[in-house]
Amino acid sequence: MSLQTLQGVWWKKVDASEKMWIGIALVWCLILFAMMPLWHLKGGQNPSFETYRTTPEQFLKKVEAFVAAGPKAGEEKGLPVIAPDPKTEVYMLGRLWQWYPTLKLKKGETYRLHLSSMDLVHGFSLFPLNLNFMVLPGYEYVLTITPTTTGEVFVVCNEFCGIGHHQMVGKITVE
Amino acid sequence: MEAVYRTCAQTGLKVHNHAERLIRANAVAGVVSILFGGIAAVLVLLTRWPAVHLLDPASFYRALTFHGINMLIFWIIFFEIAVLYFAGPIVLGSRLAWPRIGWVSFVLMVAGTLLINIAILQGKADVMFTSYAPMQAASYFYLGWILFAVGALVAVCNFFASLVVAKAERTYTGSIPLVTFGAATAGIIAVVTLAHGAIIYIPTWLWSLGIIEKIDPGIYRLIWWGLGHSSQQINVTAMVSIWYLLATLTVGATPINEKVCRSAFLLYILFINLASAHHLLVDPQLSPAWKIWNTSYGMYLAVLASMIHGMTVPASVEVAQRKKGLTKGLFEWLAKAPWGNPGFAALALSLSLFGFIGGITGVTFGAEQINIISHNTLRITGHFHATVVAGTTIAFMGLTYYVVPLIFRRHLISTKLATAQIYLFGIGMTIFIGGMTTAGSYAIPRRHWDVQFATSLFQPPVEAAAFAFLGIMGVGGLFALAGGALYVLITVGSVLFGRRVPDTPGAVPLAAMPQDKGQHVPIKGTTVLVLVFLASFIIYYFLNWKWLAAIWIVK
Amino acid sequence: MADKGGAHGKDPEEKVPLAQAFFDNIFLLLVLGIVVPTVFYTIWGLFEIASIPLAK
Repeated sequence: MSLQTLQGVWWKKVDASEKMWIGIALVWCLILFAMMPLWHLKGGQNPSFETYRTTPEQFLKKVEAFVAAGPKAGEEKGLPVIAPDPKTEVYMLGRLWQWYPTLKLKKGETYRLHLSSMDLVHGFSLFPLNLNFMVLPGYEYVLTITPTTTGEVFVVCNEFCGIGHHQMVGKITVE
Repeated sequence: MEAVYRTCAQTGLKVHNHAERLIRANAVAGVVSILFGGIAAVLVLLTRWPAVHLLDPASFYRALTFHGINMLIFWIIFFEIAVLYFAGPIVLGSRLAWPRIGWVSFVLMVAGTLLINIAILQGKADVMFTSYAPMQAASYFYLGWILFAVGALVAVCNFFASLVVAKAERTYTGSIPLVTFGAATAGIIAVVTLAHGAIIYIPTWLWSLGIIEKIDPGIYRLIWWGLGHSSQQINVTAMVSIWYLLATLTVGATPINEKVCRSAFLLYILFINLASAHHLLVDPQLSPAWKIWNTSYGMYLAVLASMIHGMTVPASVEVAQRKKGLTKGLFEWLAKAPWGNPGFAALALSLSLFGFIGGITGVTFGAEQINIISHNTLRITGHFHATVVAGTTIAFMGLTYYVVPLIFRRHLISTKLATAQIYLFGIGMTIFIGGMTTAGSYAIPRRHWDVQFATSLFQPPVEAAAFAFLGIMGVGGLFALAGGALYVLITVGSVLFGRRVPDTPGAVPLAAMPQDKGQHVPIKGTTVLVLVFLASFIIYYFLNWKWLAAIWIVK
Repeated sequence: MADKGGAHGKDPEEKVPLAQAFFDNIFLLLVLGIVVPTVFYTIWGLFEIASIPLAK
């Protein structure tokens, strides 16, 4: 029983039925492990590791230059709507409690989306698509994204960032 | 200090008075914490349920912070320290190595608990369980964490010192029992956990005092999760040890092979703490190589360990039952198990809910890429309510119904009520978890006051199905809360008003050990159960890859 | 309960296998349990964070 000390040798042969389960479980574990590198090779959704050290001031300058360069496709709720050319560098910042700017992208085109935070840790969640990444101040994270659906998706902040956290919703439109 | 012992009439164990008093003190602190956390749970649940949406934002975030810390840290760790003091000195018939230091560590932990809870209730620490820098709380909040972590670390050291004392004073011969070995595994994991806690909270405290200028948010998340996730691995390990213990107490089970069980614990010791990486899979600061190796607990060897325990625990029950003559067909042993015993009900629910829901979702969401469609949504909170609540907490509740008669020496006010409590809580949690996890699949964020986005800049459309699942979550949560309240009532009521347990053997019913005639006993029923488990695992896992492939391309 | 023992292993004089002795050494296990996660998770992780390049 499990409360009793063991005398003598307990390092003993394992029964066949137990061995079989351990073997099956081990094979399953190796499959679980193999899936991740395999998806990096063959799959379309993988976390990027293109990351740079930055500062809020430095990143803000880049975002402002990006917004100024346009092309601007109007304004919505006081935020500029930027419709960048495909294959270009695209910027978005998170700050209390706003994603800036809003974007207009084309389906099937690929963009390099640079993300960072001006203040606290934020969560970049495309809603209701369900695609989630973390945005940290001091780190510039570059995601290479290709929208495969059209319509409006929203950028919901899904990491708690203070009392206005739930108001922090941005927007990306895909044509 | 002269050690004073009594001999337990029920178990024959030699009980050191200080160890026993410390078990009582820690268990009481644990139950008070679950009461605190439970009150906050009512408020959080009724706000998350869109049809009710009870609190204002500030109160919601405060209640959520309070709920998380009291449940995930205070309830669990106080109870675990009680388990360590039982599994070390008492099981080995030894004294607690340092009784005075035992009390010092307890006082430190209580002081930490008070500082943290006061900070939160004063509105000086609306920073969630994780308190991610550069978000800042009042400095005494961090001081509270440091006091608690140091106190718990000292308590764990006291446990290890007691193992040394027991060996040196020859209170036992041979190898320590499996329950003690499992508790030691939990202790080892706790050392790593609490050390990370101290490493991250000391600089963060100095930062809050203005002595250090900056805390890097990427480093904070790395080290903090060495505390935050690993603390839940202590739970897993303590829970598994309790499974073995409850199997012995309720059906007289003996581990089917010590080598297999202990090797599985060794895999926990080596690999389980790597899985703190689960929280950093979509972070910018770490590479895919680091993420894949660590999130997989070094090629899923800790998952292998859980799958082994998931077989050996029911197999030990099956063997014990078959030895008692319940040999018909595949499942007579299971059908005629003591389902009316709260300890057995807790064992069965904890094992199956932890495995089928908590384990499968945890491994799946912890795959590097699948995390993209899970991170920070209600899928994650659904997952860990299945592990920490349906798994660990139900196991702890079942054990409580033995701690009350054996350590507090009071009969339960009603065993039937205790059994009903376990089922009510378990079924309520299952419904709650099903609703919450599925709502998360619609991208519903965790830690969010208003998933209807009524006050946000843009109003994303939310699918009606997501609201339906949030409603299911709300209903299940109410059942679980009733079950939780009943647990506190039965425990406190029994300790205060239960009949005294007389010092006569047999006053507390413990399962008899079946005769070992050396015969080979098959484990066919368990084999079927684990294969059903594996099939569910495979289906759920690959479904998630299919869902992942449907979102935008990102790399 | 603790001292009765004897359910497993019929002959206490048998030579204890090395593997069993390893499992009986809790402090060796403690050291391994600290070293493995500290190296793979903590130190490797800190090293990666330290080697992130500066933004242009």
